[in-house]
Amino acid sequence: MTDASTKSTFVYVTFIRTSPDRLWSALTSPEFTKQYWFGMHCASDWKAGSSWKLSFADGRVADAGEIVEADRPRRLVIRWRNEWKQELKAEGYSRCTFELEPVVEAGGDVVKLSITHEMDRPGSKLIEAVSGGWPRVLSNLKSLLETGHVVLVQAGHH
Amino acid sequence: MSYGDKLFKALADPSRRKLLDVLHASDGQNLGELCEHLDMTRQAVTQHLNVLEEANLVSTRWRGREKLHFLNPVPLQEIYERWIAKFEQPRLRALHHLKRRLEDKKND
Repeated sequence: MTDASTKSTFVYVTFIRTSPDRLWSALTSPEFTKQYWFGMHCASDWKAGSSWKLSFADGRVADAGEIVEADRPRRLVIRWRNEWKQELKAEGYSRCTFELEPVVEAGGDVVKLSITHEMDRPGSKLIEAVSGGWPRVLSNLKSLLETGHVVLVQAGHH
Repeated sequence: MSYGDKLFKALADPSRRKLLDVLHASDGQNLGELCEHLDMTRQAVTQHLNVLEEANLVSTRWRGREKLHFLNPVPLQEIYERWIAKFEQPRLRALHHLKRRLEDKKND
């Protein structure tokens, strides 16, 4: 039995030339997220049990949920549900885990960022929908932190 | 070897590309499941998976005693931006300008 028969999971890993603290700020600051997340911005006080939401530039809520774990600057777990597409919302909550690990490398600080987005059901449409978005978001985040500007300004499909 | 070299080297092998396709079809498989798709020894498959992991194209998670393999699409997105979008955009812009010029003439 493969993992995919009981769960939907996507794992994204990228290495970013920055410090764990700066990366944590980039993931949790609304001003920062706007710059690489195609205008989307997050809102939360980033404490376990607190509410969390991700909104479009015009203020409509895209996704919402709560903070499950927040251990700055190492680990962040969000209970995550889509709020704007009925069929995705009906799937209920997914779980998104961010892990930040400093990597020793010649030439400066590098952080390994792993994002695991999973849902306890096979063939989740939410997980499928975010799978197209995460690589673009991460690629922009990396570019913003390393060079000061983003590469992609349009979200493509999501 | 630079990271870019590792990435392209990892992609330059049909068995490794097959492994990526197999994971794309069904993510999160263990070694035994992946071996069913390739006509080679477990050791050879393990070696290919190591090369893919080194290139950050595959990441692994332990679930209990089982090691599961996941396709990591982030480096492919980076290849797209670095090696495709960059070369494609000037051409699309040129085409767009040509279209505008031709349409403007029509309106003269």
